[in-house]
Amino acid sequence: MTTITNNKEEALIVREQDVVPLRNRVKEYGVKVGMSILNQTKLITATSELVRNLLKYGGGGKVIIESVSNGRDNGVRVTFIDNGPGIADITLAMKDGYSTGKSLGLGLPGTKRLVNEFDIKSELGNGTTVTITKWKNG
Amino acid sequence: MQNNLLEGLKEHENKLLTIWSQILQESGAGDGAMEEEESKEFASLFLSALSKSENAQEFEKVHDLIVGIASSRGKRGFSPRENAEYLISFKQAASQILSELIKDPAQLYEANLKLNEILDNMTIMTFEAFMKGREDIISRQIDEISEISTPVIAVWDGIVALPIIGTLDSSRTQIVMENLLQQIVDTGSSIAILDISGVPAVDSLVAQHLIKTVSATRLMGAECIISGIRPEIAQTVVHLGIDLTGIITKASLASALQTAFDMLQLNVVKRKVIVG
Amino acid sequence: MERIPILKMGQFLLVTIQVDLYDQLAENLESDLINTISKHSSKGVLIDISAVSIIDSFMGRILGNIAVMSKIMDAQTVVVGMQPAVAITLVELGLSLNGVISALNVERGMELLRSKMHNSDNEEPEYDYDNE
Repeated sequence: MTTITNNKEEALIVREQDVVPLRNRVKEYGVKVGMSILNQTKLITATSELVRNLLKYGGGGKVIIESVSNGRDNGVRVTFIDNGPGIADITLAMKDGYSTGKSLGLGLPGTKRLVNEFDIKSELGNGTTVTITKWKNG
Repeated sequence: MQNNLLEGLKEHENKLLTIWSQILQESGAGDGAMEEEESKEFASLFLSALSKSENAQEFEKVHDLIVGIASSRGKRGFSPRENAEYLISFKQAASQILSELIKDPAQLYEANLKLNEILDNMTIMTFEAFMKGREDIISRQIDEISEISTPVIAVWDGIVALPIIGTLDSSRTQIVMENLLQQIVDTGSSIAILDISGVPAVDSLVAQHLIKTVSATRLMGAECIISGIRPEIAQTVVHLGIDLTGIITKASLASALQTAFDMLQLNVVKRKVIVG
Repeated sequence: MERIPILKMGQFLLVTIQVDLYDQLAENLESDLINTISKHSSKGVLIDISAVSIIDSFMGRILGNIAVMSKIMDAQTVVVGMQPAVAITLVELGLSLNGVISALNVERGMELLRSKMHNSDNEEPEYDYDNE
């Protein structure tokens, strides 16, 4: 299925204070495609989780927000790109209860449950890219 | 340029329209006046796009138009077959004119091939537009059904009940949770009763959904009682090894209500009738 | 540095979170609150989150921390006014905030705290409200 991007913007995230404005921007995108409050909340919560990883493990990075459409439904796609150390074992990182940091260890799998599409690419030494998509009716 | 072969069509717009409407009338896929306007617009836009077809943008206009026509025809009650015949008959008309214009068989073949390519693509689009219209209706009905099938009832001051009828999947659970929690907020209720006597079967997934609903209710500061546990549900739950121990479960809605009264420290007593 | 105000109401503390939290702000709230409990020997804490539109795993953990820390300092924490969407999202995330006691609104939260105080005053065995 092809996905079309209708609107797009980028944000640089380098410090914790950048998180709140980013969440607000993502929320605005959600409002614009007509998402319910619940789906908006899920989307910004997922964003919040991933941007924390970006700051904590990747030392900051770039976030791309897009409003997308697949012909059937509209949604919001958020991509998190960092140039940090990368993740050695993605399968392990996606397991419930696994964490290297001091969080509760439900970061990635929990986040995946909040969105409709979740894609993670990582290479040791070459950073991590996570892409999430939440559809309006998803 | 292959398109040059098709450009000859431009000078025969009127003839094209006449043949087209003839074929449409014969096939029974036409409906007179309303259509004449559409057809005229489509033919002229299509022909002008042909001459400028180096940029695909011209064709996008044609595509938009045909998608619009298709969905409007869909609403006017044409069958999918009639909808497809609309463009197919245009192709027949155009190809008939081409065969009169181009005498060289090789060139005619080329021209027809090109014509097929363009119009087949559009026919697919009309199908998509037609299907999308139907899908919209279906998804609206799904929404309505879920809305109807999750009624939240305020049974007492501070107690809401939600009878679930039918299977509980993850999207339905989400709607159940949303409705239930919103009602809890709106009515300020501290107890919610989830009655599952209308749920045909409880497997580990359904149980998972029930546990989620109970957890969310508790996060809000209300208690959730699950009622309507039939014997066969109790059996499957235990056989599947599902842990419901953290949840208050009752066999019937009546006993759930009694439990809710106890929690709210309410007493229902029979009035004493004074005989005399 | 931005801080969330903590109000003292007799034996209780009231915190109304009106802004969206980021991690540092939440961490500050945790330490401020624990210090204030100790300063006033408070018996209960009400955290009103009705204006909070998002709680992720970090903030969830802070709420849990506050509940446990205040409990060992003999103060009961009640989180009030969680939005339905926030509650559902937390559950999907896999976070059920065990140990945190919730109430629908400030009024109910206050009632809950008072009843707990009443119970411990009378040296009665404490009714277990935890729903783990």
